[in-house]
Amino acid sequence: MSITRDEVHRIAQLAHLDLSEEEYDLYARQLSSILDYVEQLDRLNTYGIEPTAHIVATSDSLRGDEVRGSIPRDDALANAPESEQGLFKVPRVLG
Amino acid sequence: MKELTNRTVSAIRELVVSGQASAVEICRAHIEHARAVEPQIQACRAILESSALEEAKRIDGDRRAGRPLGPLAGVPVAIKDALCTRGAPTTAGSRILEKFVPTYDATCVRRLREAGAVIVSKTNLDEFAMGSSSENSAFEIPRNPWDTSRVAGGSSGGSAAVVAAGEVPAALGADTGGSVRQPASFCGVPGMKPSYGRVSRYGLIAFASSLDQVGTIGRTVEDVARILGVIAGRDPCDATSAAVPVPDYTTALTGGIDGMRLGVPTEYFMGGITREVESAVRATLRLAEEKGASLVEISLPHTEYAVPAYYIIATAEASSNLARYDGVRYGHRAEGVRDLSSMYFQSRREGFGQEVKLRIMLGTYVLSAGYYDASSLKGQKVRTMIRNDFEKAFENVDAILTPTSPTPAFRRGEKLDDPLAMYLSDVFTVTSNLAGLPGISIPCGLTDDRLPIGLQILGPNFQEERVLRIAAALERELQFDRERPPVPSTPPDR
Repeated sequence: MSITRDEVHRIAQLAHLDLSEEEYDLYARQLSSILDYVEQLDRLNTYGIEPTAHIVATSDSLRGDEVRGSIPRDDALANAPESEQGLFKVPRVLG
Repeated sequence: MKELTNRTVSAIRELVVSGQASAVEICRAHIEHARAVEPQIQACRAILESSALEEAKRIDGDRRAGRPLGPLAGVPVAIKDALCTRGAPTTAGSRILEKFVPTYDATCVRRLREAGAVIVSKTNLDEFAMGSSSENSAFEIPRNPWDTSRVAGGSSGGSAAVVAAGEVPAALGADTGGSVRQPASFCGVPGMKPSYGRVSRYGLIAFASSLDQVGTIGRTVEDVARILGVIAGRDPCDATSAAVPVPDYTTALTGGIDGMRLGVPTEYFMGGITREVESAVRATLRLAEEKGASLVEISLPHTEYAVPAYYIIATAEASSNLARYDGVRYGHRAEGVRDLSSMYFQSRREGFGQEVKLRIMLGTYVLSAGYYDASSLKGQKVRTMIRNDFEKAFENVDAILTPTSPTPAFRRGEKLDDPLAMYLSDVFTVTSNLAGLPGISIPCGLTDDRLPIGLQILGPNFQEERVLRIAAALERELQFDRERPPVPSTPPDR
């Protein structure tokens, strides 16, 4: 399977990644070769097989609906690149 | 002065409990040795000297005051830098987390501290655990203590190397596709990935959440078992941690393997396996037979599809997990951006390394509209087939024995430009992550060049005891601990 530079661009946009010119070529080549390799799965007939998304059932993980303590606000903000008045601060949303 | 390094977990605890050595002396001796070998090994992201000495002092204080001492009292432990340590930077080997200082401990780290362990270092790894040689680290690249021109394996290469080099008696790693077992194999030490759900993942920086599992590396199988016993068990902070009781794993270590049925899968002795790996593993199988086990040839027919299925599933989950690195709440934020959207794009461009970006894109691709059914869903169905292979095999055998990796440690740089070649070094380990099974690698021999070779033992879900029993029995026969890497595992005379 051949992944074009345009497709790399489309994927990078979805993944919120800016790429350099060299990276477009590199990733087009690497993604193509990995997807070629992965294509061997098509040899397997998986008709009627249930997919495994997870090994354990997590349905027993509910707890009582009680108020509990959580991470203190100062802790939550401790690693913020920028914060103000107890809030995360980000650049303007509309360019 | 009596030698304080180069001892097992239980021997160190005994020194502390009996008062033959203080936790502070033990801590200092290990840090001193680490500083002596680190210029060659580069396994540590950070040595936590001051906090470690404080913890050690507290243990000594507890002893003097007659307070009860935990099962790991005074035992120095290293932690893979993908596990959060309160107040100590935790980078996951990535520039994007270079300045991240967790405000909490991972549950496994907290349990170690509560048991009296002293956290002495954070170890290097492939960025976000994505790699098989630790060369994808944004920082130092650990070297193999047996031959520093070779890799320590990955992604927990630092954790395996610090144990092999005698910097600590034990370390925590994490295993998504072989990331504890393969480096343990390359560095000649035992390393275990427990069953999925056995150890809480709370505070483990996520790579692929349905595959990630915290694992232990030690100098002996007993050390591995002791550490596992402390960190295992249900944790309300991780919904996937299992409410399965934690047995005393050390009691499993004394039993033999007489009468056990051990499966030998044909598919794990094909492909790129080297002659020396095959002969060392087969010699160990004969040893198991001599000790009363019977060998049963089995087939795990979908083995060849495990690596492609793994790379679909793991990258899909990674692309989702790593979406959180957006420069808003923590992690790197690009400077001088004009708006929020360009901040996301720029921060991620600057913060992530090449392999991480490749995997994010691969995962994004297989999850994207039009490709999901053909790739992601297909991968998950193949995962079911691989699980079924194991389930069927375990109807007839107690455990499965294989090589851990097809080759011994390869040279630095050898596979760096070819992601696919790198992926194939996990061909024998990814299967048990896909199936959630416990597995251990123990050293079973050396190549002519004196590079360690690993034997992998896989068991049914939550049968860690059985896996450990077999590992301990074979360890006793193999006596691999007579072999030492050329990087000194004891400090020079003082």
